[in-house]
Amino acid sequence: MLNFMENVEALPVADWTANFVEWLTDTFAFLFDPIKDGLGDLMDMITSGLDAIPPVIFILLVAILAFFMTGKKFGLAVFSIVGLLFIWNQGLWDQLIDTFTLVLTSSILCIIIGIPIGILMSKSKIAQTIITPILDFMQTMPAFVYLIPAVAFFSIGVVPGIFASLIFATPPTVRFTNLGIRQVSEELVEAADAFGSTGPQKLFKVELPMAKYTIMAGINQTVMLALSMVVIASMIGAPGLGREVLSSLQRAQVGPGFVAGLSIVVLAIIIDRFTQNIYKDRK
Amino acid sequence: MPIIKVENLSKVFGKNTKAALQLAEAGKTKEEILKETGSTVGVNRASFEVEAGEIFVIMGLSGSGKSTLVRLINRLIEPTTGDVYIDGENLAKMDKKELRRVRRQKLSMVFQRFGLFPNRTIMQNAEYGLEVQGMSKEERAKKAKESLELVGLGSYLDQYPGQLSGGMQQRVGLARALANDPEVMLMDEAFSALDPLIRKDMQDELLDLQESMKKTILFITHDLDEALRIGDRIALMKDGNIVQIGTPEEILMNPANSYVEKFVEDVDRAKVLTAHQIMKRPETVNIDKHGPRVALERMREAGLSSIFVVDSKRVLQGIITADAANEARKNEVKNLSEIIQRDVPTVEKDTQLHDLFAVIHDSPVPLAVTENGKLLGIIVRGAVIGALAGEGEVNENA
Repeated sequence: MLNFMENVEALPVADWTANFVEWLTDTFAFLFDPIKDGLGDLMDMITSGLDAIPPVIFILLVAILAFFMTGKKFGLAVFSIVGLLFIWNQGLWDQLIDTFTLVLTSSILCIIIGIPIGILMSKSKIAQTIITPILDFMQTMPAFVYLIPAVAFFSIGVVPGIFASLIFATPPTVRFTNLGIRQVSEELVEAADAFGSTGPQKLFKVELPMAKYTIMAGINQTVMLALSMVVIASMIGAPGLGREVLSSLQRAQVGPGFVAGLSIVVLAIIIDRFTQNIYKDRK
Repeated sequence: MPIIKVENLSKVFGKNTKAALQLAEAGKTKEEILKETGSTVGVNRASFEVEAGEIFVIMGLSGSGKSTLVRLINRLIEPTTGDVYIDGENLAKMDKKELRRVRRQKLSMVFQRFGLFPNRTIMQNAEYGLEVQGMSKEERAKKAKESLELVGLGSYLDQYPGQLSGGMQQRVGLARALANDPEVMLMDEAFSALDPLIRKDMQDELLDLQESMKKTILFITHDLDEALRIGDRIALMKDGNIVQIGTPEEILMNPANSYVEKFVEDVDRAKVLTAHQIMKRPETVNIDKHGPRVALERMREAGLSSIFVVDSKRVLQGIITADAANEARKNEVKNLSEIIQRDVPTVEKDTQLHDLFAVIHDSPVPLAVTENGKLLGIIVRGAVIGALAGEGEVNENA
């Protein structure tokens, strides 16, 4: 009696999903293909552009930028030099550039998509009610699951990696944009209204500038999440440091795995400190 | 024509607005309505008119609906029912574009916590209202600078609000509101966040500015002293209803009900009442017609020990004491001018009670209240004390 589930057939959720994705793939092939080609070309361009810079100069540029962004302090600059020299020394420079391109591209796309959605959520209760559970879903679903439809849509390579990163890393930008705008003090919003601002004037002159720091915190989260996807994305053929980690894992080579992992950590710290310093103590 | 005209304006917060309004009309209290419908009546059928150039104060304790009322007037809060006319145009029925135009041209607002944009300089803050109108950069910079100079902040243009004290920040708020030269300024508890001393300075400054600019000001406050000090007229609010509208004296002297009475109980009357309001009709003798005999007679009739002397145009000449008059009669002196005491304590009719103390304190004779030299009335010590104690109807001759 208690085991009545034995007599109930499993709901074919798996089949439905498979059919749905298949339908999407067939129906929107005309869309997916150009995205795949366009994005692939763009990434090749960025990669070859970055590759054209000799590592020494690249490292120096990063260090100088770090020095000025942290308010003329040496900490981050020195760390960047040591860390990047180490990666170069380990022969992982090309992989570093690949990974950096992947993180950069997916972060930018996340921001382009995430901020408008966040603004929409902050302006409309209905939008917020609908989008919040979707964001929860996107963040809690294991990231590996996104790889499957990503491959279906874009086959293997770097583009499906970006697609998966996009789904996984966009939510913080959306959430923090929404939060930031909703947190703008009511009196300031009233002031903007009372002087006859239009919606866009209020948004660009008051709300977004006031929400800037919160939004930047969201972007920082997004970038870190995008970076955390590089290893996962390498499972579907995205190049870079992640692929080194993955192949070490497959061959049980603890040494190279550690080195590649350490390189990711170095990159993560540099990117994190850079994005944090964009919005810290500017005033 | 009144510049602001509010008719039957109501705001109900919550879902069941119709039922709540009906109950409010039936005279139920805020609590009863909340219990029955789950909705809160913010403002209940407010009606009033404000003339151009007037400072109209809406005064009430927190929760009385005064802040809601002021936001209904520029529609930061949508009215549930009722009409708001600014310069004859009904704001309550306008579309968004029209509303924006009126907000830009005719209304501006000063906020309790200043409402300054922390990411903009003082100058950029003052420019805001003009900037959203699409005014050219040079023109709006000129106007913003003018209004900042008006409030004494001409040298702080490039500072940020966070670098200024509260009083200065509110001056910026004032300058921003003045910059687009509105007809009506809404001031929501504009000085409530300031220290008492600074608050008083700002009140003075507002009155000075008002003297030269003659804006129509709707001023919200919870501070009765402030209301009495700056208001030409005051509307007292309680639980969303306007309980009484009147001049400061009317509110003080003739409270409409026990609530207002209780409210004005603690007012510092010394700062509100003027000599004119507590003076009595004087007994006088005419220096050109009367002699000591008449003076003595009148003093005896009225039970006085001295009497004021005027000429035929009622211009104050001095005072005669009973002793001097008696002496004069014995010595057969005919003319009052020989025994008159010319040095009489005199105050103007607008002198505040507060300033009477020092004069009346060591004067053996009553104070003379004059206007352009003419004797209007007299003040005896008892009247000052009586007025302070809050006796109604002290002004018998008003």
